[in-house]
Amino acid sequence: MNSYTISIRPFGDFAVLVEWPNKVEEQILNDILHFTKHLKENHLNEKEWEMVPAYNSLALIHRAGKIDYKSFSKELKEWYSQKLGDHHVEKYLWELPVCYEGNFAADIKEVGEKLTMTPSEVVSLHTKHTYTVYGIGFLPGFMYLGGLPPSLEIVRRETPRLNVEKGSVGLAGQQTGIYPQESPGGWNIIGNCPVPLFNKDNENPCFVNVGDKIKFYAITKGEFDLLKLQGEVGIYKLKKTKMDA
Amino acid sequence: MLKFIKSGFFTTVQDLGRFNYRNKGVPVSGVMDSFTYAMLNMLLENDKKAAVLEITMTGPTLEFELDTYITVGGAELSVSLNEKPIKHFKVHKVFAGDKLSFGKLEHGWRAYLAIKGGFKPPLVLGSRSYYKPLTISSRIKDYDEIPYEECKSFDPKIQELKPHTLLKETVLEVFEGPEYRLLTDQQLEVLFSGEFTVAKENNRMAYQLNEAIDIHSISMLTSATLPGTIQLTPSGKLIILMKDGQTTGGYPRIFQLSEKAISILSQKRYGDHLSFKLI
Repeated sequence: MNSYTISIRPFGDFAVLVEWPNKVEEQILNDILHFTKHLKENHLNEKEWEMVPAYNSLALIHRAGKIDYKSFSKELKEWYSQKLGDHHVEKYLWELPVCYEGNFAADIKEVGEKLTMTPSEVVSLHTKHTYTVYGIGFLPGFMYLGGLPPSLEIVRRETPRLNVEKGSVGLAGQQTGIYPQESPGGWNIIGNCPVPLFNKDNENPCFVNVGDKIKFYAITKGEFDLLKLQGEVGIYKLKKTKMDA
Repeated sequence: MLKFIKSGFFTTVQDLGRFNYRNKGVPVSGVMDSFTYAMLNMLLENDKKAAVLEITMTGPTLEFELDTYITVGGAELSVSLNEKPIKHFKVHKVFAGDKLSFGKLEHGWRAYLAIKGGFKPPLVLGSRSYYKPLTISSRIKDYDEIPYEECKSFDPKIQELKPHTLLKETVLEVFEGPEYRLLTDQQLEVLFSGEFTVAKENNRMAYQLNEAIDIHSISMLTSATLPGTIQLTPSGKLIILMKDGQTTGGYPRIFQLSEKAISILSQKRYGDHLSFKLI
């Protein structure tokens, strides 16, 4: 297991931010997740601490009161150096259905024209790659996905839409992602995922964790309607595969 | 039930907040002015997490269906029980059928109505705070009804508190944010010597400020944000995230407001003046 030079900074009087080298790298993300697990299992009570990992950082937010930064940052450094390499973080590969047809793919033609490929080539590239969840934020259940092939990189729409439909799958810069709810947005929309990414009625409202992998597969409008219905009554079953970390 | 004959401009139920789901992108929500909130629940000897009404700008018109005790505080917004004015930060008995209405906003922006035992709309992920789409609506609407429990008799230890003074404060105490060290001397000079005013774009998610400082090209990876985090946009504008603010962001986090500063800011409206002081 790699060990990095980490930096620790206070973030107000209730939180501390731990930072890794400023790079998008899977190894860094894995190290963050290992450390998070180490902290949860040995040092920090989950009822008192919230831990928010993203890309190259981990925020530790204390609910129970102010943090004595001097002693806590020292402890954190010690804990990081004690962290062993054999922590196994459970990770899953989720296969998510996406309908890339008709109204669901409002921008796919334009995207294809700009990237000089056919819409079906866009779909085959988008579904071929596996993406890594580097963070969850912005909206409940919104995943920051890394691993988009450079040939699918495209600038945001010049004019953002006031309403992007829930489930919309978009492309913007080096990112691809799913809008977990209706919201304004400037991403190029190429499809829609009928499976809800966030369900407030579940104890774990979002099945995906940072560090998991996402792969998309194309479905027809008919399959979309069926899955949407199954999603609404909660009987759909997602394809998931456990991965070795 | 508490019946809303009129809902007011933007009235919600809020408690201490929705914790433990920030790693799933769920904002904390909860009362904007936690300072007033704590005082009101203390007066009613409520649980620290009891839910209250957060009333923004104009107040609702309410009818109580059960006997209970209430107290009001926060913004200077006149309030009448059965058309008789009542005092803020004082425990009042209300009977079934009583009507409560609000008048003119004199000072501040958010008033709070606390009730004995707290309001009881459904818990969603451990909190009763309104936040769409976790709750059906982002705010209470006309004719909505919010549950609470009857309380026939209560003998408060403290009947009345002196109104607090946070409303007049204009200095926001800030900590250095994670990207504070990347600010130039010139930017720091403007941040600490200048006066800032609240922009039109201000709500439970964020307060924007009208004045801009120097543009910058600091690039960072998306990372956690908190209520009270001040983000600096590439065009030099300041965005102060509030209780419904997003849990991650990609703009430099230059300052972090103290909890008290968040309470002070949540009583500010468009055009109000502010300045920053480093803790």
